[in-house]
Amino acid sequence: MKPAAFEYCRPDTLEEALAALAEFADDAAVMSGGLSLGALLNTRLVQPAAVIDINRITGLDRIEVTGSMLHTGPLVRQADALNSPLIGEALPLLAAALPNVGHYQTRSRGTLAGSVAHADPSAEIPLCLAVLGGEVELASSRGRRRVGAGDFIQGALETGREGDEMLAGLLWPKSQSGDGVAFIEVSERHGDFAIAAAAAVARRDGDALRYTLGLGGIEDRARLTSGSAPAAASAFAELAEQAAGDLARQLDPMQDRRASAAYRRHLAGHLGAQALEQALVRAGMEGGT
Amino acid sequence: MVESVKNWLGQAVPRFEDEALMTGNARFIDDLSPVPGIRHVAILRSPYAHAEIRSIDLAPARELAGVIGAVSGQELMAGLEPLASAVRAPMNYFPMAADKVRYVGEPVALVAAEDRYLAEDAIEAIEVDYEPLGAVVDPIAGQQADAALLHEAVGSNLVHQRTFRYGEPEAAFEAAEHIVRLNWRYPRQSSTPMETYGAIAQFEAAPDRYTIWSNFQGPFILQPLMVRALKIPGNHLRLISAPHSGGSFGIKQGLYPYLVLLAAASRHFGCPLKWIEDRLEHLSASSAAAARADGIEAAFDGNGMLTGLRFANCVDVGAYVRAPEPASVYRMQAASNGSYQVRHIAIENRLVVTNKTPIGLNRGYGGPQFYFGLERAMEVAARRLDLDPAEIRRRNFLPASAFPYDAPGGAVYDAGDYGKGLDMALELTDYPELRARRAAAKAEGRLFGIGLAAGVEPSGSNMAYVTLALTPEERAKAGGRSGGLAAASVSIDPSGSVTVHTDSTPAGQGHATVAAQVAADRLGLEPRDIQVITAIDTQSTAWSLASGNYSNRFAAIEVGAIAESADRIGHKLRRIAGEMLEVAAEDIELAGGRAHVTGAPEQGIALARVAAASHWHPAGLPDDLEPGLDDTTMLSPAVLGAPDEGDRVASAVTFGFLCDLTAVEIDRDTGRIRIDTYVSVHDVGRVLNPIIVEGQIRGGFAHGFGAAMFEDLAYDEAGNFLSGSFADYLCPTAPDLPEVKIGHYETASPQNPLGSKGMGDGSSMLAPAAIANAVADALERDDIELPLTLDRVWRMANELGEGE
Amino acid sequence: MMRLGLGERRRISCTVNGVARSGFAEGRTLLSDFLRHELNLYGTHVGCEHGVCGACTVILDSRLARSCGTLAMQADGAEITTIEGLGDSDREPALREAFSRHGALQCGFCTAGVLLSVKHFLQHNPKPSDGEIRDMLSGHLCRCTGYEGMVRAIAEVAEGQP
Ligand code: FES
Ligand code: FES
Repeated sequence: MKPAAFEYCRPDTLEEALAALAEFADDAAVMSGGLSLGALLNTRLVQPAAVIDINRITGLDRIEVTGSMLHTGPLVRQADALNSPLIGEALPLLAAALPNVGHYQTRSRGTLAGSVAHADPSAEIPLCLAVLGGEVELASSRGRRRVGAGDFIQGALETGREGDEMLAGLLWPKSQSGDGVAFIEVSERHGDFAIAAAAAVARRDGDALRYTLGLGGIEDRARLTSGSAPAAASAFAELAEQAAGDLARQLDPMQDRRASAAYRRHLAGHLGAQALEQALVRAGMEGGT
Repeated sequence: MVESVKNWLGQAVPRFEDEALMTGNARFIDDLSPVPGIRHVAILRSPYAHAEIRSIDLAPARELAGVIGAVSGQELMAGLEPLASAVRAPMNYFPMAADKVRYVGEPVALVAAEDRYLAEDAIEAIEVDYEPLGAVVDPIAGQQADAALLHEAVGSNLVHQRTFRYGEPEAAFEAAEHIVRLNWRYPRQSSTPMETYGAIAQFEAAPDRYTIWSNFQGPFILQPLMVRALKIPGNHLRLISAPHSGGSFGIKQGLYPYLVLLAAASRHFGCPLKWIEDRLEHLSASSAAAARADGIEAAFDGNGMLTGLRFANCVDVGAYVRAPEPASVYRMQAASNGSYQVRHIAIENRLVVTNKTPIGLNRGYGGPQFYFGLERAMEVAARRLDLDPAEIRRRNFLPASAFPYDAPGGAVYDAGDYGKGLDMALELTDYPELRARRAAAKAEGRLFGIGLAAGVEPSGSNMAYVTLALTPEERAKAGGRSGGLAAASVSIDPSGSVTVHTDSTPAGQGHATVAAQVAADRLGLEPRDIQVITAIDTQSTAWSLASGNYSNRFAAIEVGAIAESADRIGHKLRRIAGEMLEVAAEDIELAGGRAHVTGAPEQGIALARVAAASHWHPAGLPDDLEPGLDDTTMLSPAVLGAPDEGDRVASAVTFGFLCDLTAVEIDRDTGRIRIDTYVSVHDVGRVLNPIIVEGQIRGGFAHGFGAAMFEDLAYDEAGNFLSGSFADYLCPTAPDLPEVKIGHYETASPQNPLGSKGMGDGSSMLAPAAIANAVADALERDDIELPLTLDRVWRMANELGEGE
Repeated sequence: MMRLGLGERRRISCTVNGVARSGFAEGRTLLSDFLRHELNLYGTHVGCEHGVCGACTVILDSRLARSCGTLAMQADGAEITTIEGLGDSDREPALREAFSRHGALQCGFCTAGVLLSVKHFLQHNPKPSDGEIRDMLSGHLCRCTGYEGMVRAIAEVAEGQP
């Protein structure tokens, strides 16, 4: 298992990286942590003309607050995100999901943006980005643009990235204190991609709790539902079950060796209800999360 | 230090192997460059399960820079004989396909290049024109008239069938009050050592000879097979094992066809060749444990006594019967009563070829499949007869007074006390409390179940058991076969240091440490003073057919050979020392690195000086003593006779016992199995080194747990292989494994001077059955199959069918 | 921007285990192959070459890296620690001793990667719970030991820390 030959480019600046991407158009692979790309190269499932290694570009590993958003650069490693107090506070959903992402070792170099760019339907990070209503920042020598997380991921391993673009960052709407979040997943083994994952956020808005529930691993990309619940409710179980069940029934789940469509649909409802209920309960409680 | 430890055996001596392994100094096959000019091999493999090869165009590969050459199976195999097996049906098995491919991953062409990167570039450039054929993936469907034929000359995919009768099974079933019947599929699995296959082959002309360095682990009965395929005398094929091997669990046996392939290719290209299998190659095309489509019938009387057994074994053998297959289905036959008194047994063995990788040795070799049937049947019987699963086993166990015991199939069980093992398991689980928890959980509607499995662990194989595949007449014609030879030597060099050679080619089991413990006790030395060489070089090490690392033969047979040679060396040292100290040899004791007069430690002499005398001053030795100190033992336990007319054979030397008891709870919503309790009790005879024994038990459990829960080498209906990476073939990781409580007790084996029994398969044989039994109990249903994936368990817990 | 064409080789210099080393690699050369076959540091093992088993784990500029999923070029100018570099510093001898005594290794093929993970892990989490240790170990496949000995050894060494 050795990669096919490719041209290796190691830009020192983002501009150089974008120039190289423009040069190779559709035929270049951007390498950050190398966790997904490495395996694809070694098995020769992808054989790009060039690999553009962005690891030496300075400044791409920043976590910054821009207004109501948190911007994570393309080289923000999963381990750094997990250890970041800023993310712990501003993105509790992501913080809850990250321990489920790969393993201690893979999080060390694996990046947030790399996971989103890879667009595995079962991946946790794109699910969180979608549920939070985040955006993907794309850069090319033609300029920059932002795409909503929901529009960016177009299918299993398929995104709206143009051949000459790279992910220049992720934009995460910050949580507010009092928001309730929950993340639950089921995988065959610890650290595997989820068979099904549910992420939920809830926020108090006057007398109501507005929520978004997202389900990953069921279809080829995350699926969302939003709604609201009376904040004064004494229990949310029924509502959560209803909302998750409605979403689950609309889905056309994937079927593979690991799990049947029926099992995925069932998990979607079951995990979705749990996650949503937890998020609502937490948001409903004083003091929030 | 005058008096050091007297008995090193039995002590938790930390392994001498470890330091090199933990500092990066241990050398494995891919670390070696034993000869200059080595080139690197990549193998082009079939993407089809079943296809005719119409043509192969190697030219594009040959044109690439850095490529030494490319060769097709057709060209390379023309100079070889096929690799034989004990099944006589006309199937020609070659290491590389010539005109037809029969499984995904079957070698089709081979490239040698300056490095592996270039070799992989080159195999991508080769163009093969295939004519795809229908595939056989199911061993039952494969026997139907309309199934595609793998081997036209055989005329059927059923390539072997024999029936056996021990005692009076028909009468037993006629008289039975209850008959339990089960049918199930057992999945294909693989022990997947972390190090893959690797070999370096060098051909030298005039005279033609081959030297191969590899992590091949034996059995060396395969060496004569390789020799025959290469059409050379035995001493022209020199096999050298790498100093360390990164795990095997049997599977590195399946390397031998590649050794033949690389030998032939080295000759073809005229340069030494190295091939390191990659993980995709390993998962798809190395070797697998047998998938089976088996059935069992168990007859019971009104008291829950098992009176008769019928096994209908159907082995999904893969595309070829590759020696030592069909051994996997015959390994347990002589012990097919398990740990029970039952004497009336009927067995039918069928081997069906399918478009999958050939099967071969994997941990437990035939044991997991066998016990899945027997121990599931016991569990089902207990429920049907309303007996406690522990009680039904206790009633049926061989009593402690029965040993040595002649089993119906011919196995001779050396020693045991099975009731004691069961008691220990019950005690360790606090069984009454566990049953109360089960009752309470069930009353609340929770899915809680208890599962038990017990069995014997055959160790130290009789090389002849595989000839049960032949009829007694065929066996008579083929000539006698018996035995399980072990070879070991002990020598002392002129400076007085001791070296032990074993023929056991370990892959992590710590043989060097235990061998040193054995020799140290007998020579009055410390284990660390003793150098142990476990790597075989067929040109200089004593070896025979049974040499190698499989069927737990080290603690069953090998240690006896080491002890015997060490004793003879010890005796000689005492003779020489007696002469030097002017006392009789019987009055000399070896201890603390010295030979001294018994009872008078101050009247002694350093062992090194005694040893030196045999080298430096042979003329001074007693007249009847030969100079030097070098002793080789070759022994084959007397019990390992030839199979008799009634197809009975003493298949192994020692029979350890183990009993696993588990409780599980199933989450109805996710299908998740939580292991509430797991206890594993072992009688491995005398424990030689507790660190190593515990390690084997825990490792064996991990394999059994993985087999129960996750592992499956899956194929789709067209024979496409679906488990080509460690993200698809799931092995247990640290958080997946539950806590396991281990219990030990000993009944000493009379089969070797140390009292030890072989061990190492352990719970890899029983955990699948024990966990399946617990799941069956939790779900109150009999149709349990492996692996117990979340989806499958969820489906069963919610009574859903396949399509629902 | 550094560029390396198809089939082109380039000298890479890096610090491995505190020693300046250099060797040649192509753009596609894996770090695992570079360490093993160019620098002759054979203690780093390759178990899968697709980033799952963890056998090839090394420390690259203070981060754990699967060297089979890392390009040799990425090590240019970097600091690398491999199994050969674990020696007498801080807890390493204790760790080896505990691994041996608890039967945390058998064939030892996975062990190099495991030890490097443990070194990194204990630096960041000096007092881990058993659960955290198991969680960390989930990034390594060991087919021999069942991991129990590793968990015990790591817990014991962490326990003994000041
Ligand atoms: S060899 Fe790198 S993770 Fe397996
Ligand atoms: S010790 Fe053999 S794989 Fe871990």
